[in-house]
Amino acid sequence: MSVLFDAPGPKARRRARIISAIAVVAIAGLLAAVIYTLAIPRVTAAGSTLPGLFDPSRWDVFNDRAVWRSVGAGVLNTLRMAGAGALLAIAIGTLFSFIRTSSHAAIRVPAIVVLEFLRGMPVLLMMLFILLVFQTGQYGAGVLALGLYNGAIIGEILRAGIAALPRGQREAGLSIGMSVLATRFRIEFPQAVRNMLPIIIAQLVVLLKDTALAYVLAYPELLYTMTKGLPNFFGGRYLYSFFFVALAIYLAMNLLLSWVARLVARRTAPGVVRGKPRIPRRGVHPEGDVDMSRVPDAGMGSGGVSP
Amino acid sequence: MDAVIEQFPRLLDGFLKTLALLGIAGAGALVFGTIVAGFRVSPVAPLRTFATVFTELFRNTPLTLVLFGFATLGPYLGARSGYFVLAAIGLTLYTTPFIAEAIRSGINGIPVGQAEAARSIGLNFGQVLGFVILPQAARMVVPPIINVLIALTKNTSVAGGFFVIELFGSSRDAINARGDEVIAILLSVAAFYLVVTISLGIIAGQVEKRVAVTR
Repeated sequence: MSVLFDAPGPKARRRARIISAIAVVAIAGLLAAVIYTLAIPRVTAAGSTLPGLFDPSRWDVFNDRAVWRSVGAGVLNTLRMAGAGALLAIAIGTLFSFIRTSSHAAIRVPAIVVLEFLRGMPVLLMMLFILLVFQTGQYGAGVLALGLYNGAIIGEILRAGIAALPRGQREAGLSIGMSVLATRFRIEFPQAVRNMLPIIIAQLVVLLKDTALAYVLAYPELLYTMTKGLPNFFGGRYLYSFFFVALAIYLAMNLLLSWVARLVARRTAPGVVRGKPRIPRRGVHPEGDVDMSRVPDAGMGSGGVSP
Repeated sequence: MDAVIEQFPRLLDGFLKTLALLGIAGAGALVFGTIVAGFRVSPVAPLRTFATVFTELFRNTPLTLVLFGFATLGPYLGARSGYFVLAAIGLTLYTTPFIAEAIRSGINGIPVGQAEAARSIGLNFGQVLGFVILPQAARMVVPPIINVLIALTKNTSVAGGFFVIELFGSSRDAINARGDEVIAILLSVAAFYLVVTISLGIIAGQVEKRVAVTR
């Protein structure tokens, strides 16, 4: 129950029903218009008639095993780029979080400059730069750009996690005679990772989404396979069928990973004992909600510079 | 360096297009994002469902896919407005849920007592939101919203892959014209982006200091 409104009385219920009806009709009408436009046959520029999108002749290509093999290869290429990019991003992020929190200005300041530069740059531009200047090929350019950019973001997330720890943690480590580095590595860092894990996973969803940028470099990932490779081979009339299947696959992959992030958030939320919240909390985020506004780039992909 | 000077008018043209995309999509996303955030917390269940589904759909779809959809399906569905407008609409729709989430997170951050006090003096939902919650939330959400706008600045580069000659698109043209000076051209394009993103970041920092509320 939200605190923003009272339990509805008879008048409010009636009004809610009317608004509901109007909203449902409006949304259904919009969907129907789009579906109708897609469903009607049309005459192409070449003069032949193209049957509507829901005609079986626009979808029969999916009976072909070779199509599914190509789709699978596309998914695999996307996952390969995302996996390699994620490993690189986590490695770079860990490294950055250590350098960025160093007590020596000579180490810290250059790291800040590099981080700000990486975070202020479109990933696409980075990909193009690496592709043209370092001649890595599309796969290498995609992995490196995604790793560098998301590494900068993950580094910033980890730094925020270390900064948010109670001071006593560090003081306790130092007072039992551990060195500064050992304290950071064995006491502060593991706690920061645990606290920030949901947000890091949410950032990996962003990374998975951003592999689609490699489409612009003509890397044969899922989107490129579905909208360039396959339609070129099987015919342009299948373009929209392929497009909608690609959309469904992306949504399935990303929603699955987002769901994992929420699950982890619920498991690791403060005041949680064995996966169940101990104290009901009010006025804060509902349990298990990953608050993406805490991520430096708001989870938008190319990212933002947090003030 | 002479390549950068030679191609400068082209890059400047692209930069202005990038700024136009940022302005249109940013303003549109702010308006729609506020509406969607209002839907998300409203007492009417279908509006809540609509806002949730809309947010989840667009947050989990790659921007490249959204812009591809608008650039190809748009004309097919009868849009005759050109790729710039289609890209602007696509960027607006993609950015809207992020703005909405930032605002919702601000609404969630307001102490419960504020809404309870507002309701107890007899304000209805619209008044609670419009007079009490949003004005307080607005100050807290300015920095996150500027973060979204910074991300939007960089996301406009994706439009360059779909027939809009904005900064990224014009840099590709410049490279095609002067393939011998790739590094200089790309670094100057990077500088253009940094001008926008870093100055927005500084504004966010200033605003955060000025509107900070101590509770």
